[in-house]
Amino acid sequence: MTRILRCHVGVGPSVTGTALVADDNFSARYDLDRINGIFSRPQHKLHGQSYVDVILVLNTAKGGVASAWMLHEMTTRKLAPKALVLNSANTILVQGAALANLSMVDRFEDGDITNLVKTGETVTVDPAVGEIRIS
Amino acid sequence: MRLTTEEQAMAAGEMGSALQWAIDHQIKVGSFFDAEDMVPVSQAHMMADPESVGDAGVEFMESHYRPLGQTEEMATLERRFIAACESIGIMMTNTCINYQTIMPPVRGEHVAYGDTGVVIYSNSVCGARSNFEGGPSALAAGLTGRTPRYGLHLDEKRMATRRYRISDQPAELTEWGVLGAVIGRKAGSYWEVPVIDGIENAPTSDEIKHFGAAMASYGSTPLFHIVGITPEAPTLAAVDGQKLPVEVITDEDIAALRAGFPGHGDKLDVVVLAAPQLSIVEMQSVASLCMGHQMKTPLIVCTSPQVYGDATRMGFVETIESAGGTVLCGTCFYNQYAREIGEANGWVNLLSNSAKIVNILGGYGYRPALASMHDCISAAISGRMI
Repeated sequence: MTRILRCHVGVGPSVTGTALVADDNFSARYDLDRINGIFSRPQHKLHGQSYVDVILVLNTAKGGVASAWMLHEMTTRKLAPKALVLNSANTILVQGAALANLSMVDRFEDGDITNLVKTGETVTVDPAVGEIRIS
Repeated sequence: MRLTTEEQAMAAGEMGSALQWAIDHQIKVGSFFDAEDMVPVSQAHMMADPESVGDAGVEFMESHYRPLGQTEEMATLERRFIAACESIGIMMTNTCINYQTIMPPVRGEHVAYGDTGVVIYSNSVCGARSNFEGGPSALAAGLTGRTPRYGLHLDEKRMATRRYRISDQPAELTEWGVLGAVIGRKAGSYWEVPVIDGIENAPTSDEIKHFGAAMASYGSTPLFHIVGITPEAPTLAAVDGQKLPVEVITDEDIAALRAGFPGHGDKLDVVVLAAPQLSIVEMQSVASLCMGHQMKTPLIVCTSPQVYGDATRMGFVETIESAGGTVLCGTCFYNQYAREIGEANGWVNLLSNSAKIVNILGGYGYRPALASMHDCISAAISGRMI
């Protein structure tokens, strides 16, 4: 049975992929080895895992402005997540997603998105509608 | 040949591989012609054309101008980007402390700034209005002369949402950075606005620079208020802070933050003073601490082109570099391929006085440790982690 979770309208195309979920935050500069496509920050809950081609479900943004360029650079090299699904995005991540045409949504009506989606579930992110569908 | 102390230091490699090659080359040539010593020259003019230099000559030059380990591909990428920026009229100030060196914004002025440290200082200390503008959006704002009116351009988004009280007064730059980091980590969101009371005396520009840069780094926080000090918070009520529950910053909070960045045994690979770039006052402090010493561990100091000129004129750069330190101008350590620099030089155990940079570099393969500027330079002199 498909579950639908409503959120704020986002940016980027509709995409479907496998969820990778953690109750942690996100910065392309602070957390990632962008050459090898893995989380490299030892303290991150996804340390060592690949973020490539997954629906990345996390809490919020952290750190600085570099992620705006980096999301674009990662997407160009096809070493990027399919989508970023957050409780709360900051300005930088949205700016980067807009440039990269990377799917991103946030502000869910039903609470903490990191508790509502599980790693391994198939998720369709529909930014134009403002919802994700979990099947 | 008869060599001066400085020339002997060059020959021993104490002033870097480029100078070691150069003096060795000159000793060989001078010895061939029975020269007794070196004569100081006021200018040098090098001839070089592609036909004569060839691949070998280019590779030789490249081997002596990348002391930190970046590749030619990396340098070329930056050159192309700089040229592209300049071609559309961007002023390349190459600084993250433009509020100290270029043109501080004024209260109420709407701006579109990148670099989180710049944004949080401009919003909080100057009372200007900016969101975090990543590169693409800052570029767009520069081209159009406007930015979308959202977030911190709106009055209501600048009201306090979290209230913190401190009891112990931070005493130097790193303590200010740690306090900012603790508050940023607690606030934890771009959309939270901390108001802080209990700070008894106005900090210096450098202290509040470290405070804000760390808060932005740990919390993605773009604005804070300090009651009685920052311009939008003459009182708690002015930012609606009186309605908020008080969260006390405890000694345990401070200790817990510091515990995340301990020294790892005695081994120390590199000391970095950066993030944000150093002001002229910080450069004076570094020079004073370096005076009369020689570094056993590489010391890297990053400052802006504007400060670098003054620091050169005042002798601070020469003092630092004579002690074996390296002053980088117009850049910062962490945004010039820090991972590759670490791998090329075998640097893992890094010491800094910047709460911001130790937060960043953990993801780049370093084991960063945090200490005051005084202790950082003492460690570089002794060659051992404090």
